[in-house]
Amino acid sequence: MKKLSISKGTRSDLLTCAGVILAFVVVSALKANGGLNRSQAGMLVPVCCYIVMAVSLNLTVGILGDLSLGHAGFMSVGAFTGIITAMSLAEKIPSAPLRLALAMVVGAVFAAVIGFLIGIPVLRLSGDYLAIVTLAFGEIIKELITCLLVGVDERGLHVIFNFNGSRNANDLNLGAAGRVIVKGAQGATGTQTIATFTAGFILIMITLVVVQNLIRSRQGRAIMAVRDNRIAAEAVGISVTRYKMMAFVTSAALAGAAGALFGLNYSNLAATKFDFNTSILVLVFVVLGGLGNIRGSIIATVVLYILPEALRGFANYRMLIYAVVLIVVMLTTNNPVIKSYRDQWQQKLRREKGREANAA
Amino acid sequence: MKFLAYLVSGISLGSIYAIIALGYTMVYGIAKMLNFAHGDVIMVGGYVSFLAASNLGLPPLVSVLIAMCVCTLLGIVIEALAYRPLRSAPKLAVLITAIGVSYLLQNTALLTFGANPKAYTPVVSGTLQLFDGQLSISYISLLTVACCIVIMIALTLFTAKTRMGKAMRACSEDKGAAQLMGINVNRTISLTFAIGSALAAVAGALLCSFSPTLMPTTGSMPGIKAFTAAVFGGIGSIPGAFLGGILLGVIEALAKAYISTQLSNSIVFAVLIIILLVRPAGLLGKHTQEKV
Amino acid sequence: MTANSLRVLNPQSAWAAEDSAAPGAEKKKTKLVPVVRTSYLPERDADKTPILECIDLGISFGGLKAVDNFNLALGRTEIAGLIGPNGAGKTTIFNLLTKVYQPTHGTILLDGKDIAYSSTEQVNRAGIARTFQNIRLFHNQSVLDNVLIGLHNEMHYTMAEAVLRMPRYWKAEKVARERAMEYLSLFHLEEHADEPAGSLPYGAQRRLEIARALATNPSLLLLDEPAAGMNPSETAELMENIVRIRDTFQIAILLIEHDMNLVMNICEGIAVLNFGRIIAKGTPDDIRANPAVIEAYLGRKGAQKL
Repeated sequence: MKKLSISKGTRSDLLTCAGVILAFVVVSALKANGGLNRSQAGMLVPVCCYIVMAVSLNLTVGILGDLSLGHAGFMSVGAFTGIITAMSLAEKIPSAPLRLALAMVVGAVFAAVIGFLIGIPVLRLSGDYLAIVTLAFGEIIKELITCLLVGVDERGLHVIFNFNGSRNANDLNLGAAGRVIVKGAQGATGTQTIATFTAGFILIMITLVVVQNLIRSRQGRAIMAVRDNRIAAEAVGISVTRYKMMAFVTSAALAGAAGALFGLNYSNLAATKFDFNTSILVLVFVVLGGLGNIRGSIIATVVLYILPEALRGFANYRMLIYAVVLIVVMLTTNNPVIKSYRDQWQQKLRREKGREANAA
Repeated sequence: MKFLAYLVSGISLGSIYAIIALGYTMVYGIAKMLNFAHGDVIMVGGYVSFLAASNLGLPPLVSVLIAMCVCTLLGIVIEALAYRPLRSAPKLAVLITAIGVSYLLQNTALLTFGANPKAYTPVVSGTLQLFDGQLSISYISLLTVACCIVIMIALTLFTAKTRMGKAMRACSEDKGAAQLMGINVNRTISLTFAIGSALAAVAGALLCSFSPTLMPTTGSMPGIKAFTAAVFGGIGSIPGAFLGGILLGVIEALAKAYISTQLSNSIVFAVLIIILLVRPAGLLGKHTQEKV
Repeated sequence: MTANSLRVLNPQSAWAAEDSAAPGAEKKKTKLVPVVRTSYLPERDADKTPILECIDLGISFGGLKAVDNFNLALGRTEIAGLIGPNGAGKTTIFNLLTKVYQPTHGTILLDGKDIAYSSTEQVNRAGIARTFQNIRLFHNQSVLDNVLIGLHNEMHYTMAEAVLRMPRYWKAEKVARERAMEYLSLFHLEEHADEPAGSLPYGAQRRLEIARALATNPSLLLLDEPAAGMNPSETAELMENIVRIRDTFQIAILLIEHDMNLVMNICEGIAVLNFGRIIAKGTPDDIRANPAVIEAYLGRKGAQKL
């Protein structure tokens, strides 16, 4: 009985990983044999990024139980620090995969630091107040990056914070060999697109290992205890702030890594890409996939990311259909009648399992 | 004198935020949900009054009244179809549904009216010249501030004095207990959505009179900012929403004028964060502690 | 008398429910000896530092003195009761002891150390565990996980070790699971280890909450109405359990309870609270005979009738 409970969770985790590996192998094979058209192939890296975003947001919303509406902010931090890292090291590190890996690490570290700083005020709040403050931070990050001018030349990195709009790229005073990396409201321009599907796959696997192993540890149980009953968690000696912060920062770091990968997939990228709507998009993936359900997040991301693309034939109607699907799914999955049927069915299943176990 | 001009524009902008926030705060108080579709009701209000005024050639006041009727109906329908079935569902399910409704309204507007901005004719035009023309205040600013004050007073009286208002307050505190006292909870919530949406229509017309570009996404940011204003003042509190809205508008206008145009939203949000840290329930909100 | 107090420590006699429950049977009573500041301790604990000492403890909520001038000392292996009419401030005292509320005045000494600057979770790590009047389990998590969460601070591995599944992780998890199952079996819950805690019957939930509190390895256990909602046979079993916990773990237990049968039978020292103040303190016999207590429970008229 005891043994079973350990392996049941782990088995489910391994199944998720196996599914991801299988999907990667199949898609890679398809890609190698020309089974994907241009637009499909172009979706591979972003879909990996959004999977990581969804799984990491699930850590905050599903496992920690705090509604965050500013997750795209961390993605943004990761994207721009990652782009700056990769672009400024273009000569020093010729190997693109190595540069990409380094960019993702830097993106993760910066996002984690920002996550920690934001976490100090945010995690003192709860419920909708926390939600609105994360939204606020997401918007603040977006506007701050919009004011950023970054360039690199032989003397190193030049950064200007153009907060009143009076300065432009010329003020960076770059040398002859210099190039501008981030151009304020235009965002990052002329980025070398070194992101690859394989890197995306590896990042998903790392995310799965981190999040799933975290959930099934004393730290993960503490995080869920804080979610389920904060007062009881404190009463059994769990430091609420510490574990909230742990979940929040881990989530931010993973989003940062995803952001770096995302940023290095496009030659031009503006900070406005990571606005409130992107945060909401990822939140929709998480909620439709099931709160706290990692595998659900992955499946929901893939389905919902591909859905609008698949609906391209309907042209203008696709977002309308998307909205209707969203509402209908929410209404049906939360319909009391359907819910009670499902619960009954699950109970029956459990009872039958118990009977089998007794018979054995 | 320049400062005064910025202040006046801030107050009138803030009045619009306050009108939206008043509706938002009532809906939030009773439904306890972040109604992301609220901002899009503003946009619908804008389009309806635009159509009534420019296509049918109706006078501005009538067009605004028509917009109010349409939005009231829209609010009731949204509540009945999308939110009422989810009354016992987890909060996040309702939030996602609200986002779905928001997308739905935006995209319906996009398909019907196209993405090009429409040039909205202000409800009233002309400016008032003061101090030998050193300070000019547009009539629309004055109208907005007046509207906002009237609405605030009317809502305060309504919730404090009338039977329905009391039912509303009872429902926002405890729906179960309210039901046991014979209050029709569904009807009360419908009414709240109706009022909130009617206010959104007014706000829509005023907002478009201010910045006469009307797009399917016109309502999103003001919606979010109005919610910020409501949180600012203490969500659920009518004077709080008023105060929050005005403060937000003033901070935004002054930040734009004196600090940075690009960072004006950031400054507004930063002030919100600071206020919430000092007063976790907002300026006029009541803090409740969980009983152990 | 020393022999008498030892009798309670003897597990076999303590487990004999009929012995302690039978009315009129000659009960073996603990003798209380006075210690500092009008408090009493069981004789066997008298020479050691009290596990808990409250000195002039009090809290006001906006002018209302919910608890005032609360003085109490608990022996290291004492089972003590806190009784009083509804609204007397009993749970408030638990909330003060666990720092859910900050006292407005007074001192709490846990094992001789002041806990004024400790937070709830630090107080738990320092040795106070509690249960709640309205059960606060982690409802969606399994019964086993609830106890594992209680064992949180008994496990020592870092997040990195958990994520990388290092040997320390496996070892600590294995030991913790075994210990958790032991705690569950103390309360006959091992059968339900994999079920969600919320699906347990009421009585079992109360037992699980005690198991979870014990898992934090406390030296003082606070039980807030442990018998509420239990039927007489469950209550009898609970009484055995409480005494057995004290004997096995050698800890102090302070309980709030309205079931006078339970309180009078297992508590060695009792404090009676009314309107936030202690109106009587002593052995069960002292309390039974105290006119102030009778008045607090029955009112002046009722007391006169008796």
